[in-house]
Amino acid sequence: MHSFWYRANALLTFAVTILALMCAMASITDHLNVPQPQADVQVSNINWFRKQPNGNDEVSLTLTISADLQSTFTWNTKQVFVFLAAEYETPKNSLNQVSLWDGIIPSKDQAKFSIQTTNKYRFIDQGSNLRGKEFNLTLHWHVMPKTGRMFADKIVMPGFGLPQEYR
Amino acid sequence: MVVTPALMIWKALMCTTGSELPVVVVLSGSMEPGFKRGDILFLHASKDPIHAGEIIVFNVDGEDISIVHRVVKVHERKDTAKLDVLTKRIAYYHDQLWLQERHIMGRAVGFLPYVGSFTIIMTEKPVIKQ
Repeated sequence: MHSFWYRANALLTFAVTILALMCAMASITDHLNVPQPQADVQVSNINWFRKQPNGNDEVSLTLTISADLQSTFTWNTKQVFVFLAAEYETPKNSLNQVSLWDGIIPSKDQAKFSIQTTNKYRFIDQGSNLRGKEFNLTLHWHVMPKTGRMFADKIVMPGFGLPQEYR
Repeated sequence: MVVTPALMIWKALMCTTGSELPVVVVLSGSMEPGFKRGDILFLHASKDPIHAGEIIVFNVDGEDISIVHRVVKVHERKDTAKLDVLTKRIAYYHDQLWLQERHIMGRAVGFLPYVGSFTIIMTEKPVIKQ
């Protein structure tokens, strides 16, 4: 009952339990932070818009994305994963979300940025519903902590639209 | 002495998260730099439909291994939900791997770093298990 392995086992269990408690306490401090993020997205250009051979619509956009997510960082933040999704409704689907771009913000000083980019991921519909389609561009971010609970939030920017005809 | 509290914690986690698999060890490096091999993820299986950006744990048909990836595309039908999951670099087998709700074990809501390394060491070096 007092052999080395029993004691090592008890010590290890105790250590892991204390570690887990400390991680939980660290995570609770994240709730004290009230982020005030800002974001703005513009579609600078619609590069092309066509129907694929398999019948799905696809469009290529150039986007200007500006955001200030510095207030989402806490001492317990490892990185913030940010992505921009186009969200729209079609006759068959109540919600379509297509991620167009994403990035990792590793530190607070990089959390204020403005970039211009074409969509990193292809904007392909499930079907041929995009002509004249109105859609929202929503900037989502996930705060990934050094330990503990992850937080996610978003800013919805409505009012974007696609042309009536392919080009 | 260790087994009973461990089992109690495991069962309590199963109840609170509503998932058969409330805790998962990250086995691959595909989620770096966010999650490394050996991190533990806490899952929650709620009835809310899965949305883009969430980190989900899922099983492919016929496979036992659970995979952890971030959702990139969601097409939610008016009656059921259909999802497409891609990592930032990998698409499965040239065609994209579309998932249905039945494949998904839960979404990750929190994590503990490094603690899962013990599990990986134990499963990869059987001599220590004794």
